[in-house]
Amino acid sequence: MIHIGVTVDGILRHGDVEPRTLLVHWLREDLGLVGTPIGCDTSNCGACTVLIDGRSAKSCSVLAVQVEGATITTIQGLAQDGEWHPVQKAFKECHGLQCGYCTPGMVLASVDLLSENANPTEDEIRHGLEGNLCRCTGYHNIVKAVAMAAAEMRGE
Amino acid sequence: MTETVERTGGPAIGRPIRRKEDARLLTGRTNWTDNIQLPGTLYMSLLRCPMAHAKIINIDTSAALAAEGVVAVYTGKDFPELPGSTCVWPVTDEIVMSHFPAICLDEVKFGGDVVAVVLATEKYLSVDALDLIDVDYEPLPAVVDMEDALKPGSPLVHSDKGTNECYVAKMPCGDYEAATVKADRVVKRRFINQRLIPSPMEPRAVVAAPMGMSDEITIWTSTQIPHVLRVLLALLTGIPENNLRVVAPDVGGGFGAKLQINREEVLAVVLAQKLGRPIKWTETRSEHMVGTHHGRDQIQDIEMAVMNDGTLVGMKVDLLADMGAYLQIITPGTPLLGMFMYSGIYKMEALDFTCTGVYTTKTPTDAYRGAGRPEATYAIERIMDEVAFELGIEPLELRKKNWIKHEEFPYTQIAGLTYDTGNYEAATARALELFGYDELRAEQAERRAAGGPVQLGIGISTFTEMCGLAPSRTLGALKYVAGGWEHCTIRALPTGKIELITGTSPHGQGHETAWSQIASDIIGVPVEDIEVVHGDTGRAPYGMDTYGSRSLAVGGQAIKLAGERLVEKARIIAAHQLEVSPDDVEFAHGTYSVKGDPEKSTTIQAIAFEAFTAHNLPDGVEPTLSGESTVDPMDFSYPHGTHLAAMEVDTETGQVTLRKYVCVDDCGVQINPLIVEGQVHGGLAQGIAQALFEGALYDAEGNLLTGNMGDYLLPSAVDLPSFITDRTVTPSTTHPLGTKGIGEAGAIASTPAIINGVVDAIRHLGVNDVFMPASPQNVWRAIQTAQNGGAA
Ligand code: FES
Ligand code: FES
Repeated sequence: MIHIGVTVDGILRHGDVEPRTLLVHWLREDLGLVGTPIGCDTSNCGACTVLIDGRSAKSCSVLAVQVEGATITTIQGLAQDGEWHPVQKAFKECHGLQCGYCTPGMVLASVDLLSENANPTEDEIRHGLEGNLCRCTGYHNIVKAVAMAAAEMRGE
Repeated sequence: MTETVERTGGPAIGRPIRRKEDARLLTGRTNWTDNIQLPGTLYMSLLRCPMAHAKIINIDTSAALAAEGVVAVYTGKDFPELPGSTCVWPVTDEIVMSHFPAICLDEVKFGGDVVAVVLATEKYLSVDALDLIDVDYEPLPAVVDMEDALKPGSPLVHSDKGTNECYVAKMPCGDYEAATVKADRVVKRRFINQRLIPSPMEPRAVVAAPMGMSDEITIWTSTQIPHVLRVLLALLTGIPENNLRVVAPDVGGGFGAKLQINREEVLAVVLAQKLGRPIKWTETRSEHMVGTHHGRDQIQDIEMAVMNDGTLVGMKVDLLADMGAYLQIITPGTPLLGMFMYSGIYKMEALDFTCTGVYTTKTPTDAYRGAGRPEATYAIERIMDEVAFELGIEPLELRKKNWIKHEEFPYTQIAGLTYDTGNYEAATARALELFGYDELRAEQAERRAAGGPVQLGIGISTFTEMCGLAPSRTLGALKYVAGGWEHCTIRALPTGKIELITGTSPHGQGHETAWSQIASDIIGVPVEDIEVVHGDTGRAPYGMDTYGSRSLAVGGQAIKLAGERLVEKARIIAAHQLEVSPDDVEFAHGTYSVKGDPEKSTTIQAIAFEAFTAHNLPDGVEPTLSGESTVDPMDFSYPHGTHLAAMEVDTETGQVTLRKYVCVDDCGVQINPLIVEGQVHGGLAQGIAQALFEGALYDAEGNLLTGNMGDYLLPSAVDLPSFITDRTVTPSTTHPLGTKGIGEAGAIASTPAIINGVVDAIRHLGVNDVFMPASPQNVWRAIQTAQNGGAA
């Protein structure tokens, strides 16, 4: 067992983990942060995406021991003081989710995308979300939502 | 005669209300089955066989049993009789049924079949122990190809049955032989509707737990069918049905994959009862690929007898349908769900349908979005283009010549279904306008004349489908062992809030929002005051669940009737309170008022409280305020639409690009257009993915080559364009709300539109078909084959 200390959704968490424990399993099973789901076992789907030090990462392809000392934001910590992030608001407004299983990953990948590119084209949005699969929406409304959130965040 | 109307709606119905479901889904406060962690849980993992077909000689579990954390290991010998699934649709009297074991006893019949079960105190330890189980297999020959499987001397999937032929179902309508005699010619094609893996983003999961105070076992499972599942689990395990409570918590997509009873559910229940502890199993994605049923997989031999002027006379459909190794819930019936739809929207004098179900050593097939209807629509819409080509008629003109005109509804088509309403002219006109059909045809001609490598093709699909399974008597006549009714109870609680208890079981469709909209208009309370209760046999005891675009088409009727009954009961109490006769009380927007004296009024919320205290009810009126209804639908409903695809094909590389996609659907009255549009988008993505990307591939030994998400190509955002969608509204006349159903339309219509477009782009090279998915390889091959003299 290896000891780690990680700030997750604004709270410092300590834990003893096996070296092989995946970050997503530590979040879900040990910390009870079950808002981050698992969709595959080959790092293809992106459902498990979280922000590690502000950058999106697939938490199924990171070991818990690798995030020692890092700051992690999951979907459960994205809203600030009860106020939703513009991406969350836009997903609702544009009906960018159906079953919602891909949604935590999509939202966090979008947050990262917009922090890199404040005014993405449709093509850039599609490429930016290439690592996140959705089986319900056909992506149409997700793309719309990201563009709407971008406009909102630019103050338009 | 059928009427297409301007958009309809009441105060809530017809409005694009943002979904109630979204708040929890967008903030991670969800309740997926895999989130449930109960004290003392044992984690179940399954040892799956690595080959398609083998005898089990010996299984040594001793090392696994001795491993850390392992509580039990079971093999088929521990449960020799226990079924892992069952088939409720024996489609013919002569059908060869099969036994699907919970754990295989002496033979495995597809790669992924289960040979042993481990229970351990921790998830990782449970999976670790699988490696310590030693299984001695004696390989048997795989049965992979359906046509080979039917040849005499083929190895058998079920050796005790003496054949791989599961059933032959026939439905002759009209006289096809006479049609061929009358016709000027018969156009024949063979289409392959490839095997697909449904792939909802949430893998399946189940938790079964004895709940202490009684003999109840609660089963949380990622399912579309909690109610049906409860009945089947009771029948298969022998545990009294009243001791089983099935809960479908938040479910992350289904698409048919979760319309099933699975061995993991049966095992979890049986082991929870046996050990008295919670049992939990969560599927890995790679397990989903082999262990959860697949969809489609048909070889379609299609003939169309036609006159030279383009008039269709008769159609012959001869299908081979791959069942896989065992029959699951509706495996044999799935291809037959399309049986009535092969004539599509067209008039003809004969339809001769035959389907042969074939056992192979592959994962069982069953429902996948559309279930039988996408296959039927593919066949009719593809053959229409082939007929158009052979006769030299514009494909759209051929369709117009043969489709049912809007003034001809209601129309009883050749398979005996009566289409209540439709307006193919209106939907098509709107689609052509949005598409810029004439301009694109002109561009196509220019590109063809210029002879560049990238050619343009236009694909058309003018489809209909049948939704709302189904009148129970019809299902009985088809040998389906259940009804097609749906239930709703609406309770007005003492505090004035409303509880709407539905038997439908959503997994992304937004029922919580849409059902609230319907009830809001009927009982006059705000949408936000209505809580929709679903997916729990403890709280919502009656239901037939969600599949086949039935939830609104059938469940919507029950909501309407339950709401009306509640309003009528409250009217009697209101009249008593207002001291007038019920006939003198008017009801609007949640308020009862005296006719001619609107000042004298009371609200439905106030009546709810009166019904609760029961201090002053009229004689003979029982306390509490609710309305209840169980509705058996009068008929199916028949949404339709026109889909158009502009496809670019690089004739040198075979690369296909979807340039523009337009669809105009007619699903009757829309409760929430935002949700309707979302359903269309998602359906399109899946139908287009069948045409361009997806396919479950097996090698000659029966190994699944596309066994994980890296190898099975689910489309990402870069693989699809934005869609141009619209609707016409031709209300159904057999459904009281005028609604039809929209869950599957996109998936049904789009596949042939895409392939028609691809073939249209390279028709001048002699190509008349492209195998799906139309990957660069498959397109390039079709071109090469055609250029070398043979049709593809
Ligand atoms: S769970 Fe699929 S990428 Fe992490
Ligand atoms: S909303 Fe269901 S997978 Fe994206």
